[in-house]
Amino acid sequence: MLRKIALSAATALALSAGGAMAAGESHVEDVAFPFEGPFGKFDEDQLKRGLKVYTEVCSACHGLRYVPLRTLGDEGGPHFSDAEVRAYAELYEVFDPEIDDYRPAKPTDHFPMSGDPNAPDLSLMAKARAGFHGPAGTGINQLFKGMGGPEYIHSLLTGYTGEEKFEAGTVFYENTAFPGGWIAMAPPLYEEGVEFDDGSPNSIEAMSEDVSAFLMWTAEPKMMARKQAGFVGVLMLTVLSVLLYLTNKRLWAPHKGKHES
Amino acid sequence: MSGIPHDHYEPKSGFEKWLHRRLPVVGLMYDTIMIPTPKNLNWMWIWGIVLAYCLVHMIVTGIILAMHYTPHVDYAFASVEHIMRDVRGGHMLRYLHMNGASLFFLAVYIHIFRGLYYGSYKAPREVTWIIGMLIFLLMMATGFMGYVLPWGQMSFWGATVITGLFGAIPFIGEPIQTWLLGGPAVDNATLNRFFSLHYLLPFVIAALVIVHIWAFHTTGNNNPTGVDVRRGSKEEAEKDTLPFWPYFVIKDLFALAVILAIFFAIVGFMPNYLGHPDNYIEANPLVTPSHIVPEWYFLPFYAILRAFTSDVWVVMFASWITGGIIDAKFFGVLAMFGSIIVMVLVPWLDTSRVRSGRFRPQFKWWFYLLIIDFIVLMWCGAMPAEPPYSTIALIGSAYWFAYFLVILPLLGVIEKPTAAPATIEEDFEAHYGTKPTPAE
Repeated sequence: MLRKIALSAATALALSAGGAMAAGESHVEDVAFPFEGPFGKFDEDQLKRGLKVYTEVCSACHGLRYVPLRTLGDEGGPHFSDAEVRAYAELYEVFDPEIDDYRPAKPTDHFPMSGDPNAPDLSLMAKARAGFHGPAGTGINQLFKGMGGPEYIHSLLTGYTGEEKFEAGTVFYENTAFPGGWIAMAPPLYEEGVEFDDGSPNSIEAMSEDVSAFLMWTAEPKMMARKQAGFVGVLMLTVLSVLLYLTNKRLWAPHKGKHES
Repeated sequence: MSGIPHDHYEPKSGFEKWLHRRLPVVGLMYDTIMIPTPKNLNWMWIWGIVLAYCLVHMIVTGIILAMHYTPHVDYAFASVEHIMRDVRGGHMLRYLHMNGASLFFLAVYIHIFRGLYYGSYKAPREVTWIIGMLIFLLMMATGFMGYVLPWGQMSFWGATVITGLFGAIPFIGEPIQTWLLGGPAVDNATLNRFFSLHYLLPFVIAALVIVHIWAFHTTGNNNPTGVDVRRGSKEEAEKDTLPFWPYFVIKDLFALAVILAIFFAIVGFMPNYLGHPDNYIEANPLVTPSHIVPEWYFLPFYAILRAFTSDVWVVMFASWITGGIIDAKFFGVLAMFGSIIVMVLVPWLDTSRVRSGRFRPQFKWWFYLLIIDFIVLMWCGAMPAEPPYSTIALIGSAYWFAYFLVILPLLGVIEKPTAAPATIEEDFEAHYGTKPTPAE
């Protein structure tokens, strides 16, 4: 509840400042992802669906060069079994300098790099883009909503207006989230373009949320371990603070009396 | 350890006596930790310990990070991702180091402003102050070079912009810039030397910290009243002071624990809040980011750097009088370094004989305005260099210099200070009267 009030206050501030921003500024919607907030966790099923969208759609042009395939089996990630990781790895061919030839990927390999040189690597995209800048660029609302990286990806994937233009030999597509408003990437997602095994919804909206969540995981695979470490740290330091407070009070007591008045 | 009279270390056992005759190290440690400290220190005096902690924190996490980091333009970015993904606990180490820099600078700014308010820079503590300023300068250099190491877009372009400042110096600027970079542009040679220096400078800082502590242990701590500790006899001194251990160690550790709890919340729950997203894109000399912004702790000085554009009359005047040698760019560089130099010179710019701002009714307001000015400049530094921000930054920069060069020298002459308590004991008693009331 408190978080909601704070969020709406921050949004109100952001909106009032937003009027001053120039037109053509990218439009990013907040999405309530399950991994947000101090106790938020990645949803394993969502990550698996997102991986499927990535594999069937994004990976045609984009790569994930910093992500080792074996991490698909990590806890706090898609959490595949060893066999599943191995089977998934074999979908890719990698160049092995030792045999000077291509071979099926092993779990120890990384995801391949972008196939299309114009397509940026997606490993860190969710951390490399900030969807929210806060009132007057101060970034204060990031305190409540995060940087908005996955939200930016989601807004981009769902932000196509259908307008196209042909310029300097390239087709550009109008997009409400992309800075400048025109992007060279064709709309990648189509309604029911990817079939999920468990029959989860596969509208553009749903697939885009899933793949955005997956890309948050590729950017920050240790998020859950990190939050846990932070939680333990805060808890122990709070206990330590209380103990030190009491020690300090007792230590100084003989030297401090009550104020006479 | 001259100064305030107090008990000194007496070796007791045979071994202690044996060692003390050969190396009085235990005595040195005893005298350092048992230094008589003014009883009335308030919570603004805890930042020294926080800073000492930060230095150790940065050195320890940094040394471990260096074991896994590769200072090469082709591998640096990937090796940071290796730390984040493959090294056990590496993601925490890196976030602790990254956000540790912010805690370090937050603490140093509060520490500096505490000194400015309570007149800790005034005689006889000028040397402590100047060494502190040297430490601050080295911290800025270390922080800047450390930020280049992950080799992201902001790393690369930040390095390009900041080393470019040296290029603005007339005649000798460009050779200096090339010498600093190890080539015509930011490249592998730059990354390598920055890594080397980023590893070296913290140890220089550590050495200066020892001198800093030595200096104020010689003069004794300042305190919120600015009144000196009575040093006629040990008994007299003990009325004004308590030994650093255990009274202030425990107090400072309590404050440190609270601050670290908040710090861990930031590291655990929003470690990238203070960072810039562009630094998660690998450095690319062919693509310039739309806004090149330094880390938050450099923003006030960055704002001063950019405030003096060629249409400001002081800049035009400086350019005219020097026959164009001082252009707007060089003027900005001079202003930025000047803004720190005026701080270094403050012991001699402040003409007031009263140390503590508590007893200076006019000074107080100018000082509060200086803090607001610092925050406004920080905000301006983050904004694009265009109206109205450029105008605000110019006014802010002007106030910064006016405070040190005009207001402080004048205030000492025109201000009527209020009465300070005669002794520290009196101040302490006024807050926590321990003496039995005469009526009893």
